[in-house]
Amino acid sequence: MRALVNQRFITLAVLAVVIAILPLIFPSSYYFRVASLVWVSALAAIGLNILMGQAGQVSLGHAAFFGIGAYAVAIGPTHLGIPPWVAILIGALLSAVLAYLVGRPILRLKGHYLAIATLGLGVLVALVITTESRWTGGPDGMPVERLSLFGWRVSGSYTWYWVTGGLLLIGTWIALNLDETPTGRAFRALHDSEVAAQVVGLDVARFKLQAFVIAAVYASVAGSALAFMNGFINPDQAGFLHSVELVTIVVIGGLGSVVGSIVGAAVLVTLPQALTVFQEYEHLLLGLIIIVAMIFMRNGIVPSLSALVFRRARS
Amino acid sequence: MSILKATDIGISFGGVKAVDGVSFSVTPGQILSIIGPNGAGKTTLFNIVSGVYAASRGSIQLANEDVTGLAPHKLAARGLSRTFQNLQIFQRMTACENVMVGRHLRENCSLLPALFRTPAVTRQNRETRTAALDLLAYVGLKDVADVPAGSLPYGACKRLEVARALAAEPRVLLLDEPAAGCNAVETEEIDHLIRQVADRGVAVVLVEHDMKLVMKISDRILVLERGRPLAEGTPREVRDDPRVLEAYLGQHGAREAARA
Repeated sequence: MRALVNQRFITLAVLAVVIAILPLIFPSSYYFRVASLVWVSALAAIGLNILMGQAGQVSLGHAAFFGIGAYAVAIGPTHLGIPPWVAILIGALLSAVLAYLVGRPILRLKGHYLAIATLGLGVLVALVITTESRWTGGPDGMPVERLSLFGWRVSGSYTWYWVTGGLLLIGTWIALNLDETPTGRAFRALHDSEVAAQVVGLDVARFKLQAFVIAAVYASVAGSALAFMNGFINPDQAGFLHSVELVTIVVIGGLGSVVGSIVGAAVLVTLPQALTVFQEYEHLLLGLIIIVAMIFMRNGIVPSLSALVFRRARS
Repeated sequence: MSILKATDIGISFGGVKAVDGVSFSVTPGQILSIIGPNGAGKTTLFNIVSGVYAASRGSIQLANEDVTGLAPHKLAARGLSRTFQNLQIFQRMTACENVMVGRHLRENCSLLPALFRTPAVTRQNRETRTAALDLLAYVGLKDVADVPAGSLPYGACKRLEVARALAAEPRVLLLDEPAAGCNAVETEEIDHLIRQVADRGVAVVLVEHDMKLVMKISDRILVLERGRPLAEGTPREVRDDPRVLEAYLGQHGAREAARA
């Protein structure tokens, strides 16, 4: 028990130290930008991992919520005069409401059927964003006003590095908190055996819905952060490929592992940047690396490596 | 005064009447066993009573309230717990966590305090763990409390399911073949466990193939054959019932029962 509490503390401390130290070795502002992208993707992935890794429900349309968060902070201030920071909350609220309304009917579905239903949700949201060009700028996207908090204008890759790093720390803390609570246990229980979860008194539908809403809010906040950071947003952020990227991060990092989602995001965001030296072979190599990683680390990078280290330490 | 009463239960699967006109009732502290050959409809009956299947006819009363067709989690909230014939443990969780999930109904599980891990959540978690460890000790699994349930031996998993079902402090406990696949020593342990549970005032309904166990601990026995009730009574009455001897126990079973 005590060990588990400490583990949570250690994870947070290590993450904080990593975020604090990285700037010391970054040679240019480009690195700050890439790292911020990692933090944002990790934040969205941590939320999705609560749904997929903990509660065992798949979502292939998760970028929809990312897009809602992003467009909320783009449309709110530009068209409606809402203060940018309020727009973040409105985006999160909209995502939560949509997840709740759509989740109620579709979370009855299981496995592949749920995957297709969530895929449909993703496609639908992306379609709305692309076609409502009067509000969203259509396929070309739209600019996002700078975020200002109490007169402080948040801009520049250096500043955003710290803001997104802080958000990631909060997101990690909340996700780790869940683990040792009735809700966290309920998620893992219904993942392992739905029927057993029901007969011990868990309202399975309610907990699936909770996980879905939590994951949606994470994605929405991450989307808002990215939109502010880039100062520009286009429908790709809400699109199918981005949904797939989020799922890939979760799976490659390790289902059910919070740290795994951060590592997965780091791999999937930085790898393409590192592989650009191979020019046209970039995507080929990226695909190959993912396949090889999944073959040799079936449970994801973090769970597989920690199991390996644990075995070594014992033998 | 019966705590659980099932009246004229029936269910069909594609025209096959898996359970047809079965009634039973059980009082607090009583052990009722349901026996019958494979395919007699015992587990199906359990699935109906625990809300996993919806019966096509009949009614179920729990503590004098009609609970026919209620969802499993609502039945659990009214004091009905069960175990499964084919193990349904939470494999990736530790033994202790499995039992802690069983305490779910006794916990406050609002979402926001959980997300921010308020002191109240931490305190409750400690209490739940203490209660779970007590139950694990009760079923003899305290030493493996922090072992993933998926790596426990079969007999231990069976007892873990009982502990998880007891964690909800049920008034009625349905046990589906708790001794299946267990060796003689483990069966003996389970036998003690069931008796103890009943002595604490819990009504126990048992589906079991181990005739020795059934004859020894049951207060009443209900015999099913092809979904229909064949006989009901005390172990002695059932053992001496010629229809039961002929249809179910056969000569070998009758001998075994006589020795018990």
